[in-house]
Amino acid sequence: MMTLNDKKQKMPMLTMLSPITSMLIFLVVIPLIYVLVLSFCKTNEYYQVMFTFSFDNYKNLLSPSYFQVYMNSIVIAAITTVICIVLGYPFAYYIVKQPPKIRTILYMLVIIPFWTNSLIRIYGWKSFLGASGLLNNLFVWLGITHKPLELLFNRGAVVLGMTYTLFPFMVLPLYTAIEKLDLTLIEASYDLGARKVNTFLHVILPLTSSGIFAGAIMVFIPTLGFFFVSDILGGGKSDMIGNLIERQFGSANNWPLGSALSIILILLTLIMVRLYTKAGGKLEDLG
Amino acid sequence: MIFMHNTRPDRTRPHLIGTLFACSIYLFLFLPIFVVILNSFNANKTKPYATFKGFTFEWYIKLFDNPALLSSFGNTLLVAFASTVLSVLIGTLAAVGMHRYKFKGKSAIDALLYIPVVIPEIILGISLLSVFAWVSIPRGLITLILSHVAFSTPFVIFTLRARLSGYDLTFEEAAMDLGANRIKTFAYVTLPLILPGILSGGLLAFTLSIDDVIISYFVNGTVKTFPLKVMESIKSGVAPDVNALSTLILLGTTGIVLLTQSGLFKSEAKS
Amino acid sequence: MNDQHDFLFFKFSNVRRMIMSEKEVLVKLRGINKQYGTNQVVKDLNLDIYKGEFLTLLGPSGCGKTTTLRMIAGFETPSSGEMTINGEDLINKEPFDRNINTVFQSYALFPHMSIYDNIAFGLKMKNMKKADIKPKVEEILELVQLTGFGGRFPHQLSGGQRQRIAIARALVNNPQVLLLDEPLGALDLKLRKQMQVELKRMQKKLGITFVYVTHDQEEALTMSDRIVVMNSGYLEQLGTPDEIYEKPRTKFVATFIGETNLFEATIAQVDEDEVLLNFETGCMRGLGKDFELDEIVYASVRPEKMNFGSSNFYKPSMPAVVKEHIYIGSIVKCIAMLPNGQEVKIQRLSGEPLPKPNEVINLYWEPEDATIMHSREDTLFSLIENVNLGGAYDDSK
Repeated sequence: MMTLNDKKQKMPMLTMLSPITSMLIFLVVIPLIYVLVLSFCKTNEYYQVMFTFSFDNYKNLLSPSYFQVYMNSIVIAAITTVICIVLGYPFAYYIVKQPPKIRTILYMLVIIPFWTNSLIRIYGWKSFLGASGLLNNLFVWLGITHKPLELLFNRGAVVLGMTYTLFPFMVLPLYTAIEKLDLTLIEASYDLGARKVNTFLHVILPLTSSGIFAGAIMVFIPTLGFFFVSDILGGGKSDMIGNLIERQFGSANNWPLGSALSIILILLTLIMVRLYTKAGGKLEDLG
Repeated sequence: MIFMHNTRPDRTRPHLIGTLFACSIYLFLFLPIFVVILNSFNANKTKPYATFKGFTFEWYIKLFDNPALLSSFGNTLLVAFASTVLSVLIGTLAAVGMHRYKFKGKSAIDALLYIPVVIPEIILGISLLSVFAWVSIPRGLITLILSHVAFSTPFVIFTLRARLSGYDLTFEEAAMDLGANRIKTFAYVTLPLILPGILSGGLLAFTLSIDDVIISYFVNGTVKTFPLKVMESIKSGVAPDVNALSTLILLGTTGIVLLTQSGLFKSEAKS
Repeated sequence: MNDQHDFLFFKFSNVRRMIMSEKEVLVKLRGINKQYGTNQVVKDLNLDIYKGEFLTLLGPSGCGKTTTLRMIAGFETPSSGEMTINGEDLINKEPFDRNINTVFQSYALFPHMSIYDNIAFGLKMKNMKKADIKPKVEEILELVQLTGFGGRFPHQLSGGQRQRIAIARALVNNPQVLLLDEPLGALDLKLRKQMQVELKRMQKKLGITFVYVTHDQEEALTMSDRIVVMNSGYLEQLGTPDEIYEKPRTKFVATFIGETNLFEATIAQVDEDEVLLNFETGCMRGLGKDFELDEIVYASVRPEKMNFGSSNFYKPSMPAVVKEHIYIGSIVKCIAMLPNGQEVKIQRLSGEPLPKPNEVINLYWEPEDATIMHSREDTLFSLIENVNLGGAYDDSK
């Protein structure tokens, strides 16, 4: 790339880049470092933070009750991710296969639900699945069941809510990856004698794997932190790391412990992103 | 762009199964929205407004007698506008600067930009809360706006960057060559050329801000945005007037976005 | 510039020499260096650009020609050296403060502006009144033969039309120097030829100084008053097209401009302005001064100047075997092979006699058709004083 006249560029360059730099330093870097510092602190009996160095928070987090929450978080995130891939891939493929005009409309239809507040939509699920909700009314009316089923407040309901909230984040990168796919490569595969299944497994799938990986990251990581979904649909019976953190910064008022939990969540995120980049994923695809 | 659309007639059987599948996915995506819209017409007046008891427009009128709800919506708009303007300003300068210059620390900025995008929102929320508490910035509109700027600016930059990758710096050289100084070059050439990117980046920032629950939840102080108002009322059952307002917001955003999209497509066809 | 010897300037080099020598220097480059990190792109460039001339910077990609152009335009700042226009310092002027305009390789027509607005842009920047701009734009559109195209947008034009608009947009500002960066590169052959003629016509008509960058030697030879041949950052040779073609001073120039046969030889005898060359396969003469006895040199002989005789030929010559004939429209090339395996090209108009394949021939040339060059190219510049129109300077480092 050619650079513009370099001597006289110092001033404009500083004007353009100092806002973003200060924003990143003051609103991202310093806060995260501060959380790291907090995670080694303690609280006194008045819930005030004491700046003394200790590993106590991390030791506490090794207890089995917390472990159960970690496992529950990872299981829910993993199931959500798998469901999103299994449903999202054929769905994205279907959209891409439509003629351009219909495709644009179908694509917009995936995005439109976003424009209603996510809490409201989750509440919509709650009132749909609730004891006196539409679905139970329908079941009773059809005679499938005599008294309303308990559809809420279990892990399944949380997975449903997470899948619902994050499904578009899986579909959009998949859509992009499949759209980029070169049709002639599929023709070449047919030409070389590969049937549909083999063409899919050996040509289409590898070429669109970047979309799957990007989608998986964009579903898995947020799932760990979406505390309100497990709050509303899980009713506190299916706690995830996000709920624990929220409680420490809220009702429990133990910020150091919450910070330590956050550090664990950050580490989990970093591991996932590392796995993703190791598998050949690009950070740009997550933007 | 290469499309997967299959042109050979013998292979384009009507995808009946595919269509059914896609329809059920869309049903899944829109079902809770239908429930929200339906509830906004629910004549049931007792908490938690669970069962549907007939049809009424009442809530759309009552909505305007609920100052707490209206002011929360006002807060949401205020925060969304302010944070969008700020993040578009910062983001545009940054995206153009990073596209134009090579400098030390560019890759560091690049990497840092991904943090707010990749880490779970709750982390950004609690870390901003901690710092605001640490330096004793009173929590309220200001902290809400700052936090929204923090998470939406990277998205603005990424959107713009995608546009800029096809943008040729020669246009700017040409403008300067023809006697336009830096400010005129930016005003007459750079800005008009990247405007579609700025608009879609701004739109994204606005949508993200309006919808944000998690980060706002931690940094709001006593100020309630619309999503936080919803959160508050969810335990006791969301009142139908909230559903009514949600329905109106959905209609409004859909309308605005459809308008801008068609506008964007038009200006794209030009270039 | 005189209009009458439009494209016959090869023949009139003496006349041209007289005209050119009266020319005044417009842009002066002295000791210009340009470095990116450790990569030096332009090395100690000294160059005078005359008012009203068509100067071409010619060389392969990466030779520094475009960088030189961009330094004159103001998009790059030289790492060291001086640059003046009419005696005024140029280096510290911003590109928008220079009365120099550029025709970009990619044209860089603003996609969001109409053709009219594109052309009017430079005038608007000079705060010219709208009423004054209009006739100027229309006049220049007429010059590039695109009257009535003002309302269209760049994407509605063909490549050739966009090209003309790019030229019009620059010319309308009446620049002191017009810089053209491979402006015909994106056009197809036929259009390119046509535009070459048109550009030359415009340049003569307007009398504006053109600095033209190209890697196409044919283009350079057809259009230029003078050519600067550049290679890996150095100025290799500066001269009129016929000088560059007939009297290449380096092996690079000889091989880059046109086709040639290069022979390695040692100087066996030095006469007043002729030398005797000793080849592996025989002795031959060539024109040349300032050579030392036993010096290893190259002799460059153009294919059309290569002569041949029968095998029992008496003059000093080299034996060779004819390998094949290649027909290229109006000309025929004959490839012959020397005993040491070197291939020699002979070129004739078709219909002229040529030896048949497998025939044994003797190759020879007239002394004035062989250009003798030092093999030590690095010291070459300090050895040769510049012979041509005072345009070139001491190019040594």
